Amino acid sequence: MSLDDLWYSEYHTPNVRFSIRVNRQLLNEKSDYQEISVFDSPEFGRFLTLDGVLMLTERDEFIYHEMIVHTPMAVNPEIRNVLVIGAGDGGVARELSKYKSIEQVDIVEIDRRVVEVCKEFLPHTACGFDDPRIHLHFEDGLKFIRRVENRYDLIIVDSTDPSGPGEVLFTREFYGSCRRALTQNGIMVNQHESPFYPDDARAMREAHRRIVGVFPVARVYQAHIPTYPSGHWLFGFASNGLHPLRNLQGEAWQALGIRTRYYNINLHKGSFYLPTYVEEGLKTYEPEHTDASSL
Amino acid sequence: MRDQMSAPLQEALERMKTDRLVPFDVPGHKRGRGNPELTEFLGADCMAVDVNSMKPLDNLCHPVSVIKEAEALAAEAFGAAHAFFMVGGTTSSVQAMILSSVKRGEKIILPRNVHQSAINSLVLCGAVPVYVNPQTNSRLGIALGMALEDVRRALERNPDAKAILINNPTYYGVCSDLKQITALAHEKGVRVLVDEAHGTHFYFGQDMPISAMTAGADMAAVSMHKSGGSLTQSSLLLCGPAVNENHVRQIINLTQTTSGSYLLLSSLDISRRNLALRGVEIFEKVKRFARYAREEINALGGYYAFGDELVNGDSVYAFDTTKLSVNTLELGLAGIEVYDILRDEYQIQIEFGDLGNILAYLSVGDKTKNVERLISALEDIERLYRRDKTGLLETEYISPEVVLTPQDAFYAEQASLPLEQCVGEVCTEFVMCYPPGIPVLAPGERITQAIVEYIRYARAKGCVLTGPESMDASRLKVWKGK
Repeated sequence: MSLDDLWYSEYHTPNVRFSIRVNRQLLNEKSDYQEISVFDSPEFGRFLTLDGVLMLTERDEFIYHEMIVHTPMAVNPEIRNVLVIGAGDGGVARELSKYKSIEQVDIVEIDRRVVEVCKEFLPHTACGFDDPRIHLHFEDGLKFIRRVENRYDLIIVDSTDPSGPGEVLFTREFYGSCRRALTQNGIMVNQHESPFYPDDARAMREAHRRIVGVFPVARVYQAHIPTYPSGHWLFGFASNGLHPLRNLQGEAWQALGIRTRYYNINLHKGSFYLPTYVEEGLKTYEPEHTDASSL
Repeated sequence: MRDQMSAPLQEALERMKTDRLVPFDVPGHKRGRGNPELTEFLGADCMAVDVNSMKPLDNLCHPVSVIKEAEALAAEAFGAAHAFFMVGGTTSSVQAMILSSVKRGEKIILPRNVHQSAINSLVLCGAVPVYVNPQTNSRLGIALGMALEDVRRALERNPDAKAILINNPTYYGVCSDLKQITALAHEKGVRVLVDEAHGTHFYFGQDMPISAMTAGADMAAVSMHKSGGSLTQSSLLLCGPAVNENHVRQIINLTQTTSGSYLLLSSLDISRRNLALRGVEIFEKVKRFARYAREEINALGGYYAFGDELVNGDSVYAFDTTKLSVNTLELGLAGIEVYDILRDEYQIQIEFGDLGNILAYLSVGDKTKNVERLISALEDIERLYRRDKTGLLETEYISPEVVLTPQDAFYAEQASLPLEQCVGEVCTEFVMCYPPGIPVLAPGERITQAIVEYIRYARAKGCVLTGPESMDASRLKVWKGK
């Protein structure tokens, strides 16, 4: 290890800084869309940042990727066609490829360089791209989905924060297009920001408000991700009708024998039970007759 | 050839800053130090150049040094004999054009779809409007340009007309045959005034409709702050070689502030340099955005984003393809409704919605991802809000009957009546549907049943009606005489 005292820091708020000791920076470049960096660290292994914001580390990425993929898959193990927006690191693809029943996965990533960089520096996640059922499209997600109708059983929105190129993936027009692109039993899951720090919480509430305005079923679930702001992270589950708990097919999913390190059926159930302050923050935007306790 | 790389006003302001002149003159905030809250909000650099006229900075009312040089550079860049920097919006440029061309009782020919600033000027100077009905496109419900034949007829019937005013282009991007109209008017000794509030880019872009100065017009009012990128309220007044610029300056000084803002003036100077050096590439980018958005929006099915296919060699002699105007009537939605939905539900603010159309203003400041958002939002609106289109008003052009001149009507004995009782009366105030700010009624015009219905309909659709003393246009002031 180097004698230099090198640290990567991310400001989780203007007054809170999260730092990881770095062995060295493996890459730094500006793509057409964002600044991409890869670091190597003693505690978290290699990690990727976009515009200075940490996206994933080798050490804890499994939590995020398992939660965003297996949660909807356990509600509808019949899923055949999947659309993934963002996810240039390949982690979502890796988890999806564990399902033999899936026929096709379209991944729409706006920045080709993210995929190339991950293939070079983060093979443990980028290996997901090797599956022949995976089709990569380097396009604007909003544009891709605009003309799609009734095609996907699952849409996974693996976006960056709404402040960067991921902004469009938090808009009402995007969620509206997603709903149209889904089949009758379709499910949309999305990266839903964090409830803790005020700016993140605002993004969370805004996203929820818009999703509730578009989908008849809109629930939020949580996970603990050490390297994300506050460590407490949320995902959205929205559908035309399938409910994440009432329609959970735990036994069918277990029968698939899929190996996971974070996700399991008990955790699935528990993850939809949210802390009171989070529920309250979300409930402002929900219609009268639903509330989290009616799970 | 002057050096378009230079910006004399910017340079003078920078010299003033480095000279560390001690201010014992207005403005009282003294480079921002006296108003820390405002300085915090607007920025210290901005406050430091909010200064008063002084010898090194010249004087807008009587330019002899740096403002004069900056105006000369602008004139050269726009191909004009003279350019005036204006700080009262393009309204002040239009006003100066009209006040310096027609006097009380003299006639000016103008299309009805002029901006309110043109008719306001007639209230000030007492000139008589002769309206040329613009052709209309009934499918789109918009007024187009003036047909050459209609202009010829107006000139023949009014051989005493002193001036003609032409929009180049209209808010929607429609251009008349400016060159022919100019030639026709000049044959009759009529001065040609051009409202180019939406046409700054015609002077710099490639394959654009012809600009007023190139067409040989006498004066043009150019909104630099629209496509030109300068600060809101800054504008240019351009003059051709046949115009006495010193007379125009006297007219401008009748109403212009003697404390012209150096923020506005320097923004004109810097924006002129930017356009002169990079105009072609800037507007090529805007055209690409607009073309892409038009194709995508037309592919959605319900909308009609119109473009140069409207060109018919006459009332649409040319079309400004940087404009993104979209007709919404097929969706069963008025433009103003789509405008409101875009803002309230999608956080997208567009330029305006009228009864049948929306206009999204595109510029060099746009980003691809925002253009994508607009297209997708329109798609979503089509899916969620589309409804039966019956009940939407077909066209919104109403031909006026002028009974009194705007000035005589405005200052006449008048009474206030409820809107419903106004049919047949002569209106003494303006009624504008805003945006786009084109008069429904001007002072001196007969109020008809169709106009009353139009006002009610526009109000019901959520348009803002401005002009009348009664803020919601539920009453109008009418002429007591006859």
